[in-house]
Amino acid sequence: MRKTAADPKGVLEGAHFLDGDHAIAEGALAAGCRFFAGYPITPSTETAERFAERCPGVGGMFIQMEDEIASIAALVGGAWGGQKVMTVTSGPGLSLMMENLGLAVMTETPMVIADVQRAGPSTGLPTMPAQQDMMQIRWGSHGDYRIIALCPDSPQECFDLTVEAFNLSETYRVPVFIMADETVGHMHEKVVIPPAEDIEVVQRNWYEGPKKDYRPYQFTGKDVAPMVKAGDGYRFHLTGLTHDERGYPHLTVDQNEKVVTHLIEKIDSNADKIIQLDESEMEGAEVVVVSYGITSRIVSRAVQLAREAGIKTGSMRLITIWPFAEKRIEELSGKVKAIVVPEINYGQMVREVERSAAGRCRVVSVPHCGGAVHNPEVILDAIVEASK
Amino acid sequence: MSTTSQNISFREASPMADFLRMERMPHIWCPGCGIGTVVNSFAEAVNKSGIDMDKLAVISGIGCTGRVAGYVNFDSIHATHGRAIPVATGLKLANPDMKVVVVSGDGDLTGIGGNHFIHAARRNMDMMVICVNNFTYGMTGGQLTPTTPQTANASTTPYGNYEYPFSLPFLADACGATYVARWTSLHARNITKSIREALNHKGFSFIEVIAPCTTLYQRRNRLGDGLDALEYYKEDAGVEKDVDTRDVGIDFQGDIAMGRFVKQDKPTYEDAVNERYANVLGDDYQLYGMSKPEREEKAKRKAEERAKVQATMDDEEAQMMAEDMGVDEEGL
Ligand SMILES: Cc1ncc(C[n+]2csc(CCOP(=O)(O)OP(=O)(O)O)c2C)c(N)n1
Ligand code: SF4
Ligand SMILES: [Mg+2]
Repeated sequence: MRKTAADPKGVLEGAHFLDGDHAIAEGALAAGCRFFAGYPITPSTETAERFAERCPGVGGMFIQMEDEIASIAALVGGAWGGQKVMTVTSGPGLSLMMENLGLAVMTETPMVIADVQRAGPSTGLPTMPAQQDMMQIRWGSHGDYRIIALCPDSPQECFDLTVEAFNLSETYRVPVFIMADETVGHMHEKVVIPPAEDIEVVQRNWYEGPKKDYRPYQFTGKDVAPMVKAGDGYRFHLTGLTHDERGYPHLTVDQNEKVVTHLIEKIDSNADKIIQLDESEMEGAEVVVVSYGITSRIVSRAVQLAREAGIKTGSMRLITIWPFAEKRIEELSGKVKAIVVPEINYGQMVREVERSAAGRCRVVSVPHCGGAVHNPEVILDAIVEASK
Repeated sequence: MSTTSQNISFREASPMADFLRMERMPHIWCPGCGIGTVVNSFAEAVNKSGIDMDKLAVISGIGCTGRVAGYVNFDSIHATHGRAIPVATGLKLANPDMKVVVVSGDGDLTGIGGNHFIHAARRNMDMMVICVNNFTYGMTGGQLTPTTPQTANASTTPYGNYEYPFSLPFLADACGATYVARWTSLHARNITKSIREALNHKGFSFIEVIAPCTTLYQRRNRLGDGLDALEYYKEDAGVEKDVDTRDVGIDFQGDIAMGRFVKQDKPTYEDAVNERYANVLGDDYQLYGMSKPEREEKAKRKAEERAKVQATMDDEEAQMMAEDMGVDEEGL
């Protein structure tokens, strides 16, 4: 894995007033993404629009595809064509992407997919926020697999985490999701883009050995094989079928076990390195609130009120959603009375918290239907109740 | 599809060995299946064209024909059902030096993948699409496809097909394809020549090859074996010059109009992108770091190469005419 400074061409250094969608596009350009394929959908369209506007000057390619199925399929081709690639979407488009998410996972193709979540099901509330796709990205494509997902709570983090998403996707050859939501996507805040030399970028790990020895895969469950790009004479083959190290179909149960175990283990065995959490006042906490994305910003008010009311309240913000911070939750569950989990859905990540706490403490779900953020009072009430 | 190990045409000693992943033989196709002919013609066309094999990528969808990507010795992707064209689009745009070729079935390209097909044609995306049209979903056992002629029997139209089928040359033409041809698997030399021509064509080229699915379509419709299919093509397929693509639909066991129906020059998607950006942004526009003079130089070089190849093909054609070979019937 080769880390370098960012290519200054893509870095719009300085302090800007940007919404989250625009910041995602800037993060992608800073990370070296030069190929974007997308299809318009509220509330994510602004990312595509900004990329379309910026990319000719940066020297990249933008294409508006005929649908989201085509968009993600084009990323598979684009990545093996040699570029860092990205797309952006929201619920209905995400649903269309599911089959080819599997192709990307199976062919271990690095790509970044931003999901600016809106309320569903179906067309739902297109212009209003939700956190309802957390499980879909994890389980939505058929078969067993792992992906990585990061969850920004501000336009600044939309920038920072998009750079990080590209770095992770190159390191683990896996699709990485940015799980934003309508509010973060559309809120304008100050976004500071550092100078290129201060932005760390993971470059693609290009294979450099003899052509005939190239193997697109290694099923170690720890790390991934280097990549090549089309046109360099390696004559690679990729298939969504269960395959051997050369990429050729190998349709046996044993080989399938090898491949799938690798896809799972390359993420799970590196979970400690991947997972980022933002914790505050965990020392001696009776109640801990676990939240992510826009909900974390409501939680900070609720936690402040709870502390003022004398309840020892810790807060844990999941920056990394998948892989899930199960070890840390397990550890906490032995120390606290209760974990409170507010989220803008009817209880998705709370299931992971419950699974990890395994009955060692109370786990309290604070669901909210899509379309709006919580009222901090509701979260406060849950904290007070849980502390009893 | 069956798992026969019959392997007639791709022996290790085959002159096509360079173009095939010999280590993957035997292939999965049934005896008499028309897909192998197309692969042979493709390999031969690439061989004759002398193009850099490293700069050619083959992308297929899913189906019996979809397996082509796995047998040819190029950068290759066996994608998902219907999605070969967008995968190829991504690869081409990310790496404009590549030639991209999609080889897939009628169901893959015009059923589940129909939306991508029409839009790639509309954009005049610089790629070649070869459709092996066997009027059926071979891989899944002989179901109806968008090209199955009316009254033909498919496993999902057990009383005969009542749907109106697509005529693929008309579809491609109407959507903006700049090269459109149709042959049958009997006419291997014509397929080869057409593929060479399309490889040298800049823009969206579409070649339909009518081919037998012996195991399912032929058998289910009591049409005999592969040889009977070739007899049918010999009897009822003929080259039509200057024909309107509106008139080339195929009825059940009816006449098959063949030929190169469309060939026209039109800026490709990439040309249009480059021109527009350069017009508006001037020297600030540098796709993947390439300046305008560099782009122009490269475009000029490529145009010259294409002209050279075209000239040699024209010579060969003149020679063929002189020998009065007409449509080649070798192979019957
Ligand atoms: C999304 C999806 N739907 C259905 C299938 C099942 N399937 C595999 S191949 C195929 C049909 C292929 O037909 P065609 O493209 O005509 O190719 P042929 O086998 O005839 O060469 C179908 C329906 C699939 N693989 N993926
Ligand atoms: S298309 Fe028909 S004949 Fe050809 S391999 Fe498939 S099932 Fe066999
Ligand atoms: Mg077919």
